[in-house]
Amino acid sequence: MTTTDQRPDPDQLLSKIKEEAAQSRRGKLKIFFGASPGVGKTYAMLAEAQRLRAQGQDVVIGVIETHGRSETAVLVQGLECVPAKQVQHRGRTLQEFDLDAALKRRPVVMLVDELAHSNAPGCRHPKRWQDVEELLAAGVDVLTTVNVQHIESLNDIVGGITGIRVQETVPDRIFAEASDIVLVDLPPDDLLIRLREGKVYLPDQAERAIQNFFRKGNLIALRELALRLTADRVDNQMRAFRHSIMDEQVWQTRDTLLACIGPGDLDDKVVRAAARLAARLGTDWHAVYVETPGLQRLSEQRRRAILKTIKLAQDLGAKTATLAAQEAAEAVLDYARRNNLGKIVVGRSTRQRLHWPGQSSFLRRLGALAPDIDLITVARESKRLHWELGDEAEAERPVSKRRERWRGYLYAALTCIGITVAVTPLLGPLEQTNIVMLFLLGVVFVAFRFGRRPAVLAAVLSVIFFDFFFVSPRFTMRVSDVQYLLTFAVMLIVGIVTGHLTSSLRYQLRVARYREERAQSLYEMSKALSSALVEEQVVEISDKFVEATFRAKAAILLPDDAAKLRTPLAHGKLPALDPAIAQWCFDKNVPAGAGTDTLPASAQLYLPLKAPMHVRGVLALEPHNPRLLMIPEQRRLLDTFAMLVAIALERIHFVTIAQDTLVKMESERLRNSLLAALSHDLKTPLTALIGLAETLALDLVAAQSGHADKADAIREQALRTSRLVHNLLEMARLQSGELRPRKDWQSIEEIVGGTLKGLDTLLAGHPLRLDLPADLPLVKCDAILIERVLVNLIENCTKYTPPGTTIGITAGKTDGIMRVEVWDEGPGLPPGQERVIFEKFARGEKESVIPGTGLGLAICEAIVLAHAGKIWAENRVPRGARFVFTLPLDTQPNVEPEAQ
Amino acid sequence: MPRETPGEVHANILIVEDEKEIRRFARRALEAEGYHVFEADNLQRGLIETGTRKPDLIVLDLGLPDGDGKDFIRGVRTWNDVPIIVLSARIEENDKVDALDAGADDYLSKPFGVAELMARVRATLRRRMHSGEEKGSMVYFGDVVIDLANRRVTKTGVPVHLTQIEFRLLSVLSSHPEKVLTHRQLLREVWGPSHVEHSHYLRIYMGHLRQKLEDNPTRPKHLITETGIGYRFLPA
Repeated sequence: MTTTDQRPDPDQLLSKIKEEAAQSRRGKLKIFFGASPGVGKTYAMLAEAQRLRAQGQDVVIGVIETHGRSETAVLVQGLECVPAKQVQHRGRTLQEFDLDAALKRRPVVMLVDELAHSNAPGCRHPKRWQDVEELLAAGVDVLTTVNVQHIESLNDIVGGITGIRVQETVPDRIFAEASDIVLVDLPPDDLLIRLREGKVYLPDQAERAIQNFFRKGNLIALRELALRLTADRVDNQMRAFRHSIMDEQVWQTRDTLLACIGPGDLDDKVVRAAARLAARLGTDWHAVYVETPGLQRLSEQRRRAILKTIKLAQDLGAKTATLAAQEAAEAVLDYARRNNLGKIVVGRSTRQRLHWPGQSSFLRRLGALAPDIDLITVARESKRLHWELGDEAEAERPVSKRRERWRGYLYAALTCIGITVAVTPLLGPLEQTNIVMLFLLGVVFVAFRFGRRPAVLAAVLSVIFFDFFFVSPRFTMRVSDVQYLLTFAVMLIVGIVTGHLTSSLRYQLRVARYREERAQSLYEMSKALSSALVEEQVVEISDKFVEATFRAKAAILLPDDAAKLRTPLAHGKLPALDPAIAQWCFDKNVPAGAGTDTLPASAQLYLPLKAPMHVRGVLALEPHNPRLLMIPEQRRLLDTFAMLVAIALERIHFVTIAQDTLVKMESERLRNSLLAALSHDLKTPLTALIGLAETLALDLVAAQSGHADKADAIREQALRTSRLVHNLLEMARLQSGELRPRKDWQSIEEIVGGTLKGLDTLLAGHPLRLDLPADLPLVKCDAILIERVLVNLIENCTKYTPPGTTIGITAGKTDGIMRVEVWDEGPGLPPGQERVIFEKFARGEKESVIPGTGLGLAICEAIVLAHAGKIWAENRVPRGARFVFTLPLDTQPNVEPEAQ
Repeated sequence: MPRETPGEVHANILIVEDEKEIRRFARRALEAEGYHVFEADNLQRGLIETGTRKPDLIVLDLGLPDGDGKDFIRGVRTWNDVPIIVLSARIEENDKVDALDAGADDYLSKPFGVAELMARVRATLRRRMHSGEEKGSMVYFGDVVIDLANRRVTKTGVPVHLTQIEFRLLSVLSSHPEKVLTHRQLLREVWGPSHVEHSHYLRIYMGHLRQKLEDNPTRPKHLITETGIGYRFLPA
């Protein structure tokens, strides 16, 4: 093939650059990694810290667990330590890592033991690894320790090996992004010896569990896991290194994975398996959950389990999505095709479930619909190892719902009794078949009105009542004709099936109505927001909609110019609002509070209002029922709301900027035309005056009159007035705000030449010395304005120096700036006046006979400042003054050499 | 149609200016030199007078109440190449540059004196008078001689080496004696239309020319800078 094969994939290069950029900003994470407790991770970390300290590095202990072991405690000596935070929890005082103190201290390297530790409630983050993330983001290098059983994606495997499932896990991402992994290894036999010697600290766990854990077989397995994980990482590094030096180009097909999260509550197995697989293949992976109408009926407990699985997938590094569709397989395939995913990971249930004829399993349907996509099936675990949420969730079911159900049963019974009572007098004329029909009608009514279970009750009661009251022998449960048994059976089945169908119809209707409502409220809100013109309106509209839709107290916090949130307005509505959390959420652009990773104990949820360009504020809300926010659809709706608000705020922001610009442009235009008109109206009569005085003088000279000199004097005064007017107008123009120099490449020599051309009369009495090197570079400036500066400076010199003294102009290039100096040999500046003279209407000597307005130097200063230069005055030795201004030098323009 | 008396004297001059007193002194000064003077106090009137009086020179105020002087210049230039001197009271130099680019021949900033006005008028008319003549291939200024035909330049008899562009720049300038040439005009003439924004070329080459031809490059006598506007070549 051609050389293009050797070219690195741009995507890879980009991600490499990003990686490097992220690394340079962030602190580095070094993990001391071990197979089990007691291998000596903390000891190794401390030894490393001592080594760094010996090199003179700023090493501080954030938190360390010595467990009272003397050999470890010795190593702590000499290291600075951030005092632990005391946290009260359930009457106990817990020692926790003080993140704020650590951030304030901000050392170069910080030791944070036990990365997987869970913080006590009330700390900023529920997990210590989140604290470490914040430290890294602040640019602090962190040394930490982790055991293999705490790695999220290995959690279930370790659980399977040891029979103990730990709750404290660290996302694989943290492990993968660590700059360095140091494997602290100890052979199982040595570890067991240490254990027997009591050198291994064990948390207060059941004796049996510990016995179980530290079996030799377990330890070997764990060691293998730890070694393999480290080896994988080293392998990846090797590959990354090879890629970067490009000595080998491996074609990488992006066989990206898609994990399907099903309604089964054990699907985190699927997610973990997909995560491991993706890590091994070195690809990205996605996880989707398809919400079909049937699945929306799942209990809240099940739905929370699903939500948890989705979150787990996210933590393990997947891109997650929740799709709403009628048919799961089609939705999954559609997603896979759109995102170019070639492998789908599906959980296979160990319990064989029965299917209706024609209703095939999800897996089979996937296979049938997409023969081109690889399907990977993962066995779901059938034995449960951990959490049981059931009882707790059931207990918390809202009382009102239970009451409603009881009412349903009551009405079902009442309906059956009612029908019986109503039909009894009609027993003669009415056929028994019709009575059955009436009972069935009652079942349908109950099903429609009260749902499935009351309908089943109604069906059973109907059969009983029919038998008891209408089938001979009446008022007994006995049946004379066996045929009736068939009637009963059919009646029961028809009743239950109709009830089921009717109630699911009703359920779907309700789901559709909810969707409709959600869509409607989104539509209404976006309509209202699109007509909002000021921020206050946006705040008002969104408060109203969020409160109505989520039954929550809501407040929108907007930042001021210094990116600090303004809170006083919100306090009236949300008294419990915590400005610190809101600010954190705004700064980090991450949701905080209830239902999130950060301060989940808070009663409020804080969502950043994320617009395309910036975070525009924070939406704080306090729902009446915090569980409402856990429901995925509600959360999605809320996120959409937040996005709409953010976009509306951003739109208003840009509209305001556009308006300001327009106003500025308009006022500048007005100012310019005003100045032009003023200039015309003032100068025209002066021109007439000067011209007329001049012609008069000529006429008088011609007539040999003695008054010619008076006409000349008129002309002189008119010229002076004209210069004054010119200065005043110039100052007005400079003062009126943005003086924008029309910058162009100019030669200082030329500007000096242009200046001197108009000053012949003024300089008549002074010898002039020019000191301009021939090789001066070009300067980017406004020639007219710089000429004005030179004219004013020279005029100033001539005014304050006696005739006959030399005036000089010197220019030169020093340190990337152009320095221009106008000097004289006059009396110099009065001491202490070097700055004052640049102020408006300042004069070298008060009330002196020297004409002028005191504007000249002020104009000079304004012009030089507009060029990003400096101007100052100082006295020369032995006598005279010097006025210096500087102009920045840019890279010289490109000039094509002339072809000879 | 040949003009009756194409000389400086007896030329017809039209003053378009709304301020009566300026017209008055200008008229007196010009008539004292023997010119015929016509007046117009707005652009409309000015256009009519230009058409009927066939002036040899127009003095035009840029700040007239009934319109933009630049439009007047462009309008006149479509059918007439009569020299135009503009008067400007605006602070912005851009107005003058635009007027010059539109076709004006020279400018005067208000307030101006009689002497300046007369000097400009004389120079412009003189240039106009000579423009019809066969141009000599030799140009003399100071102690410099330009031999346009043989592309040779000497200063005090000593040959001066000029690059092609330097020579072209010098010949463009010298063929418009006493006339202001704007940066745009010079760049277009010497470097071509694609270079009209590259004013640094002008600064550099003008610097070279001054170094080679002027006695004191910082205070040039012939290659004069009109700051913010352009350059003017003064042969004398």
